[in-house]
Amino acid sequence: MSATLDRPVSAVDPSGGRGNDKSRAERKLGWYLAGPAFVVMLLVTAYPIVQAVFDSLFDYRLTDPQNSSFVGLGNYGVILTDSVWWTSFGVTTFITVVTVAVELVLGFGLALVMLNALKALRPVLRTVILIPYAVITVVSAFAWQFAFSVDSGFVNSWFSFLGATPETDWFGTQGLSLFVICLAEIWKTTPFISLLLLAGLAQVPDVLQEAAKVDGASWWQRLRRVTLPNMKAAIMVAVLFRTLDAFRVFDSVFVMTAGANNTETVSFLAYRQTIERVEIGLGSAVSVLLFLSVVLISALFIKGFKVDLSQARGE
Amino acid sequence: MSTREKVGWGIGGLLIVVYCLFPVAWIISLSFKSSDDISNGQFLPTVFSGANYEQILVGDAAGLFLPALVNSFGICIIATFISCLLSMFAAYAIARLDFPGKKLILSTALAVAIFPVISIVTPLFNLWRQIGLYNTWPGLIIPYLSLTLPISIWTLSAFFREIPWEMEQAAQVDGATPWQAFRKVIVPLAAPGVFTTAIIAFFLAWNDFVYGISLTSTEAARPVPAALGLFSGASQFESPNGPIAAAAVIVTIPVVLLVLLFQRRIVAGLTNGAVKG
Repeated sequence: MSATLDRPVSAVDPSGGRGNDKSRAERKLGWYLAGPAFVVMLLVTAYPIVQAVFDSLFDYRLTDPQNSSFVGLGNYGVILTDSVWWTSFGVTTFITVVTVAVELVLGFGLALVMLNALKALRPVLRTVILIPYAVITVVSAFAWQFAFSVDSGFVNSWFSFLGATPETDWFGTQGLSLFVICLAEIWKTTPFISLLLLAGLAQVPDVLQEAAKVDGASWWQRLRRVTLPNMKAAIMVAVLFRTLDAFRVFDSVFVMTAGANNTETVSFLAYRQTIERVEIGLGSAVSVLLFLSVVLISALFIKGFKVDLSQARGE
Repeated sequence: MSTREKVGWGIGGLLIVVYCLFPVAWIISLSFKSSDDISNGQFLPTVFSGANYEQILVGDAAGLFLPALVNSFGICIIATFISCLLSMFAAYAIARLDFPGKKLILSTALAVAIFPVISIVTPLFNLWRQIGLYNTWPGLIIPYLSLTLPISIWTLSAFFREIPWEMEQAAQVDGATPWQAFRKVIVPLAAPGVFTTAIIAFFLAWNDFVYGISLTSTEAARPVPAALGLFSGASQFESPNGPIAAAAVIVTIPVVLLVLLFQRRIVAGLTNGAVKG
């Protein structure tokens, strides 16, 4: 935390109260200013999740509100013994692991290029790298879907040498659909990872690099022994953020396959139960399970890999 | 760096440009294909046609697309404005004042940022129907705050910490009134951070699909991504791909403009908020 925090009061409180009065006034002012944002954040997330936990205990369908009945943990039992849940959980985990792994390697490559590129080229790279980040996920999903689709794509004719025919249906099987979904996700989110990694790269002290060079370390040795250990915090933060983000994958699946051929993800399952089938009870239970998964992943990262998020905030 | 290395990194840079622009170039190219041309199996159209743009701007699909565009702009700008206003006060307090709970507020922001959106949708869908917020602008603006507020608080706190606040006192010592010191010294220093935060928050709101598709049912409130997701063509015999591509290009223009104009600031904002040494 910066030093500005140590002596802020006089500007805020020009009358300059003394000692305890001063710090009490400051505490009060702090909560007056930050309170509204805090309350709004709680209202838009904590309240809905509590409501979801409550709803998940009922057999409640919107089209049939009279017959709503308390079923305890029954909805969870129904979900956890159903292969639909486990398929969507598996698909979600697969997409998460594949995209995060590829993005980490690719993003590191992009960050290295941005770090080493000629000065004149850097602003150009920094601009284009933001474009996939800024493009709407739905638009990116459509772009990739149309490129691969039988009726409007060019991929089948471009890659005929790899065995693609004009009839190759990329959305006809689970494996090929997931391949295209992962491709779209990777394209869209790698730039964000690479910017985080670039910030981490910039923090590796030059002195260490020089010292290793003088000692005769090769490029690869320097990368493994100096660069990577020194940017461990940045890498872990990037991986954590992206893992949680990938685990919520919804837009691309909705646009490309709408869950066909066993490509349904957990978010999509929750959507289908709640919005399409108006099974509020079951949908809420899926939502709560998804929420618990996200909490579990965060806990694993923070405890298991010792990701220090306060370090990420620069405190 | 040797010439060979320079050339190598240069080629790497070129690959990045191709990587980032290729899908965008493709959707632009597709948007200019006429309906006979859509399935030509090629990247480029054989003849450039504006028919898709005509269809979504003045033709059959205009009734679906144009209201959605208005909704998206209105809802995203209002949500961005509210979250910037709230986070300005919060970030000022976090950066300048000493009070217990600072860490709690930042951790809450982090927790909200990683919250699975669909878990919020389920209860809101039910509640909004009961209290009449379903399919309205406020019905989207409120949940959009869960997307825009956490990142605004984080980004803005990071920016505000770097402001040399002692300049304000220096100005007062030089004879400026507190209001003058605030307006002439602090506002110009803080404005770029607030502005950058607003852009990043706007991106997040503009990108939303889950809320848009779950909490609306007609063009009264449906934003563009949801309209795109539901668009199925002028008739069932015509592929909707061309008009969708044209609409996709139009909604991409504002964000690309923002990127082109403010790239340096956006990069600083994104990395300041997340990884800050």
